[in-house]
Amino acid sequence: MAEQLKDFSLLHSDEMILNMGPQHPSTHGVLRLKIHTDGEIVSRIEPIIGYLHRCFEKHCEFLTYEQIVPFTDRTDYLAAMNMNDAYALAVEKLLEIEIPERVQYIRVIMAELQRIASHLVAVGTFGLDVGGITPFTWTIRDRERILDLFEYVCGARLLYNYIWVGGVSHDLPEKFIRRTLEFLDYFEPQIEEYNQILTYNKIFIERTADVGTLTPEVAINYGCTGPVLRGSGVKWDLRKTEPYAVYDKFDFDIAVGDGRMGTVGDTWDRYFVRIIEMKESVKILRQALAQIPDGDVHAAVPKKVRIKEGSVYSRYESARGEVGFYIIAGGKDKPMRVKMRSPAFCNLSVLSEIAEGWMISDVIAILGSLDIVLGEIDR
Amino acid sequence: MNSVIDSMMKIFGSLGTGNSALGLVLAVVIAGLVVFTIMAVMAIVAVYFERKVSAFMQDRIGPMEVGIFGFKGGKQFWGGIGQTLADTVKLLVKEDILPKEADKKLMIMAPFIIFIASFLTFIGVPLSDGLVVSDFNIGVFYIMAAGSIGVIGIILAGWSSNNKWSLYGALRSAAQIISYEIPIGLSLMLVVIVVGSLNFGDIVAWQADHRWFFIHSPFAFIAFIIYVIAGVAETNRTPFDIPEAESELVAGWMTEYSGFRWSIFFMSEYANVLIISIIASIIFLGGWLSPLAIFGVHVSWLEGPLWGLFWIFSKAVFFVFVMMWFRWTFPRLRVDQLMYFCWKVLIPFALANLIFISVWELIF
Repeated sequence: MAEQLKDFSLLHSDEMILNMGPQHPSTHGVLRLKIHTDGEIVSRIEPIIGYLHRCFEKHCEFLTYEQIVPFTDRTDYLAAMNMNDAYALAVEKLLEIEIPERVQYIRVIMAELQRIASHLVAVGTFGLDVGGITPFTWTIRDRERILDLFEYVCGARLLYNYIWVGGVSHDLPEKFIRRTLEFLDYFEPQIEEYNQILTYNKIFIERTADVGTLTPEVAINYGCTGPVLRGSGVKWDLRKTEPYAVYDKFDFDIAVGDGRMGTVGDTWDRYFVRIIEMKESVKILRQALAQIPDGDVHAAVPKKVRIKEGSVYSRYESARGEVGFYIIAGGKDKPMRVKMRSPAFCNLSVLSEIAEGWMISDVIAILGSLDIVLGEIDR
Repeated sequence: MNSVIDSMMKIFGSLGTGNSALGLVLAVVIAGLVVFTIMAVMAIVAVYFERKVSAFMQDRIGPMEVGIFGFKGGKQFWGGIGQTLADTVKLLVKEDILPKEADKKLMIMAPFIIFIASFLTFIGVPLSDGLVVSDFNIGVFYIMAAGSIGVIGIILAGWSSNNKWSLYGALRSAAQIISYEIPIGLSLMLVVIVVGSLNFGDIVAWQADHRWFFIHSPFAFIAFIIYVIAGVAETNRTPFDIPEAESELVAGWMTEYSGFRWSIFFMSEYANVLIISIIASIIFLGGWLSPLAIFGVHVSWLEGPLWGLFWIFSKAVFFVFVMMWFRWTFPRLRVDQLMYFCWKVLIPFALANLIFISVWELIF
């Protein structure tokens, strides 16, 4: 024994490498995190992605412009309407066609409902990540109502294929506006319930405030967008800064983190931005539902979309941030190249920057606050 | 106070077997079987209860409405009982997996050590006046000691699984249980100082003569609060469930266990919850005394061993409910916050409490 102890290599302590994922309850899909730990303290994180790679961009080169729409559903499956909308927006920009106003309004309504649904999942799973189970069931219960509304509109509950190039697949059903207003009346007080059970819970604040602070400079350098960027106090929301569709007609605010519980840009701020955004979305929805005009829901798009040479980059504010579609048209009915800018990819890349030096539990909380969807990261 | 073993020995003696050794063995076996049955049944009932509580809070449908054998559950109070039974059967018939790289002997042994710890604890816990398997005159100390054996099983389970998550869970759990035993011990010590005895029977008798402990003095009330908080931590339940922490450590030290071995963990966990609750009701809430005793009213037909059993379980179930309420309400603490809370909040308060209660006892 004594001789063994002389050999200090036996007593040598080393970092432990921990593979979190791809099968792990809190990596939100099939993300794998290679974590170097010293006890509970995390010294290095390497996110490893690609487990859900389905060659979306390559597929697009073999599909007509219309056929790509259902594929966009599968990228960000928690905000499929947003992805439909973002893609349709890009192709319409390339086609240079005017979209009927009713379609614009329907798209705004769908996008905002989808934003609420997506943020509900984000808030709920974030609750799960920090150990509270009840908020998750509550948010999922309310998201169910939004899915019911979507089902009422287009028959699908998760992957809609509703927003098409040049319009939407069909008009809103008769009672949709009334049912949506009923939902909004039900939903607004619910946000306060989430705040009571989770947001202002002392333990929750202890777990999230001052943890994983993302400074505005780092956020901008990494290309973070959406609630992650706004959580750091940067007022950047494409709906306001670069309005598309009819967003310039609505009165709403950009939710930004203000460091109410700790420093600006901490995990709590990123979480709370989503809560405020849900309230703002409700505001937009109420205005849109009141103003929606009558009219046709199909623009004058040729039966077969065929675009001459040209390219376009179109950006769109999805629930997770800026979705960009860069499309190069090759003069055929199929695009020559489609590149999608994934917001969650940029948001995830900041993880190792802000989560190193914290504990394993904090890494989970920080990852949860980034609200990633692997379908979109891997595409 | 009579113990069950003593009573049974007396009965066997009166039957004229004459062989006291045989009588002792019989008595111990019967008592052991009864305790085991109580633990098993309690685990099933507690799971059912927990499902119901969670269903109330979370709009869960299954635990409210599942029936059994074509017998509709509906929204009746028995709705969901089918789920519990199905769960029990599933756990018993599920494949028992031992990982290839695991230390098999230790891995098989670990659940039993944990089980034995709760089993041993149950032996010293009185369920009513005279209804205790073995009446120790150092009951409080015995329960503290027997309860801490479980942590060995947890460390063994975590280490032998040969899984990094299990190891994390085991180390967290060991740190947590050992730390939180101190505030529990200190708050029980306060009662022992006042009563001057470690025997549960004496403690309840003192409360019958004087006051229940949670209203005995401000310090006793603080000790009561400390005991409840530390008790929740001791049983590894939310918000102190960091050893299991399903969103961080998958399932902590239980990650590699399945089937019957896992259900033993489960049973011990709920047994521990029950033990902590029963001790809380004995030490601070007058044990088997009827609630009217708070006001000094003694109704003779509300007392006696059977009523005592009822009262003690009512009080214990209240605590169990509070623990479940916690579980479905709170997020989880971080491991350093947990340690901070124990060593820098609970223990200083508990220590100060001990000093103050000694002064209080001197004055009054």
